[in-house]
Amino acid sequence: MAVCIAVIAKENYPLYIRSTPMENELKFHYMVHTSLDVVDEKISAMGKALVDQRELYLGLLYPTEDYKVYGYVTNSKVKFVMVVDSSNTALRDNEIRSMFRKLHNSYTDVMCNPFYNPGDRIQSRVFDNMVTSMMIQVC
Amino acid sequence: MEAAAGGGCGSGPSLLLSDGEQQCYSELFARCVGAASGGQGPGPAEAARVASGTASAAAGPVADLFRASQLPAETLHQITELCGAKRVGYFGPTQFYVALKLIAAAQSGLPVRIESIKCELPLPRFMMSKNDGEMRFGNPAELHGSKVQIPYLTTEKNSFKRMDDEEKQETQSPTMSPLASPPSSPPHYQRVPLSHGYSKLRSSMEQMHPVPYEGRQPLVQPEGTSFGVSGAKPLRHQASLIRSFSVERELQDNNSNYPDEPWRITEEQREYYINQFRSLQPDPSSFISGSVAKNFFTKSKLSIPELSYIWELSDADCDGALTLPEFCAAFHLIVARKNGYPLPEGLPPTLQPEYLQAAFPKPKWECALFDSYSESMLTNQQACDLNGMEKTSVKDMADFPAPTQDVTGDDKQALKSTLTEALPKDVPEDPATPKDSNSLKARPRSRSYSSTSIEEAMKRGEDPPTPPPRPQKTHSRASSLDLNKVFQPSVPATKSGLLPPPPALPPRPCPSQQPEQVSEAELPPQLNRAPSQAAESSPAKKDVSYSQPPSKPIRRKFRPENQSTESQEPSTAVGGPASGATVKPHPTVQKQSSKQKKAIQTAIRKNKEANAVLARLNSELQQQLKEVHQERIALENQLEQLRPVTVL
Repeated sequence: MAVCIAVIAKENYPLYIRSTPMENELKFHYMVHTSLDVVDEKISAMGKALVDQRELYLGLLYPTEDYKVYGYVTNSKVKFVMVVDSSNTALRDNEIRSMFRKLHNSYTDVMCNPFYNPGDRIQSRVFDNMVTSMMIQVC
Repeated sequence: MEAAAGGGCGSGPSLLLSDGEQQCYSELFARCVGAASGGQGPGPAEAARVASGTASAAAGPVADLFRASQLPAETLHQITELCGAKRVGYFGPTQFYVALKLIAAAQSGLPVRIESIKCELPLPRFMMSKNDGEMRFGNPAELHGSKVQIPYLTTEKNSFKRMDDEEKQETQSPTMSPLASPPSSPPHYQRVPLSHGYSKLRSSMEQMHPVPYEGRQPLVQPEGTSFGVSGAKPLRHQASLIRSFSVERELQDNNSNYPDEPWRITEEQREYYINQFRSLQPDPSSFISGSVAKNFFTKSKLSIPELSYIWELSDADCDGALTLPEFCAAFHLIVARKNGYPLPEGLPPTLQPEYLQAAFPKPKWECALFDSYSESMLTNQQACDLNGMEKTSVKDMADFPAPTQDVTGDDKQALKSTLTEALPKDVPEDPATPKDSNSLKARPRSRSYSSTSIEEAMKRGEDPPTPPPRPQKTHSRASSLDLNKVFQPSVPATKSGLLPPPPALPPRPCPSQQPEQVSEAELPPQLNRAPSQAAESSPAKKDVSYSQPPSKPIRRKFRPENQSTESQEPSTAVGGPASGATVKPHPTVQKQSSKQKKAIQTAIRKNKEANAVLARLNSELQQQLKEVHQERIALENQLEQLRPVTVL
């Protein structure tokens, strides 16, 4: 149901970006890039609070005419950004949360692989399949 | 159509033979008759009789032929009775054909009765080394089903494609095929009892493919031992496989690509893998940590992405460590890849951990290796010093040296070893346990305490590590500061109070320090958790209480050392004797698996985390309250100052 999913490292470079190919991918890349500012803003706003307290799910970062962008950040400052079609009104917040949770679990599985160096691009096929499953649901 | 009409022997049962069968049987009959006539002085009359199809085959060659079918003697007697030869006194074509059909039925595992020959059967198989033709009468599928172990042992590239050549040789001397896999010879002779034993399975299968069972049996039961229950499971497994693959195999004539044949581990390979595992991890019921395995597999000189993918396939529970079956699967995949096989999309069914543990008898390790335990506890969990490798002389492993030094154990040893030990007793539990551990891990995952380093990922994957020690640390170490924070909040004091308490606490305002300190925090609790878990999982509750006090002071000792040096050596040094002390009194620790205890522990940890969070929240709010109080006081002062002015 997502149109674009991106995993961004702590230093704000992308570890993984995938979008549905029908659109201009560059546009999604740009959207994700700009959304990082919003993510940082949200993080710093909660930053005075305790790190553990901070909610991992950031919620709707910002809506545009056609798309809505959701964010999620882990405790290690790895960010997941998801771009969703605005016309897909059936998507509820809970569903987005569950999608992020799945993303997070898959990401930890990738991390468990000792051959994966943190900071590398994610090339795991399992992760790819999971992301595809989340994106294929776009009708 | 044929046999019933043939000859003057109409008393035999009516037979319907397929073309192949007809051809085969007539050839066999001719051979027997020819042998008989050759032995007894042929005459033109006999030749004429052969031509007319009314000849009778002498008992001698027929008996030889029947014996070559490798059926037990009683079965052969039954068959001869049934086919009517005894009654008639000789083997006419009818009787001969019926007998052949019955032999085929018996070899397929059907009971020796007239009814059983009514259905379609494969051709009977006769194991006579000199008669190649008879061998080849068998189902072509059988031929390359029989000795698929060989490609492994030749271990050359595309060895499977050479199977076609090998098949012919195999059929000529089937007993020679177990070149390097001795176990495959017994199944050869034991085909009959096996086939009888699995008649139930067969009957549910298409009649056309009973062969693969026999072909696969030697693989599944390499030592030719238990044909009973333990064999039934993998065979049932294969039944489903075969059903799905039967169509493929019909298309692939002599194509050696059984879809999952490359992924079957032979006994010798299994032994080799186990030895390699032992060299990495002396306790075979425990597991290898990710970094150790990484170093080991990197020596195979495969590319890192491929190794990464192999790891993904083989680490079924995604815990960052390899148990013995996972290790075997990974090793096998590497071997296959080096031999040129493309990696599969998913883990083949024959390489899955449950299957591997069910198919092979669990080796009888002496798991009460206290020395290995204390050693593994002592050695660094992250370091993998594989120095002084020996080279093994196994064929394609020439460049895959075996490490000799013992390497690290994980703190899941205590629990996982108990799990794996329970396996031979209760195999069905096996799939449950990885799922349990998965579900347990899933919960801490949702809290996501991960940081970006591999060691932390491993530790986090194993068990939720950090949070519980934190409150203790704060109490024990910075108790005074904490109390200050809670009870006497003064703005600057509390703010500074938040920072110094042990780097173990992720200092909130400094996220950059967090990964380091999280790593520090995780190290001691990891090492502490090992002895504490070892203690806690023992059945006696008193052990828990006994071990708890010693572990606490250990933790306190760890922290200052870690903070000062940020190295793991002091912690390992301290942890060594401590863990040794705590491990030795609990010899049976590893054997006690307690999923509930693990669950309770995770619950306890979660509660402690929540407590810590709430405590901090409380302190923050108190702080804010004080600030607000002060503001209010300031404002009231101002008001009072202003009031006389306004009143006036």
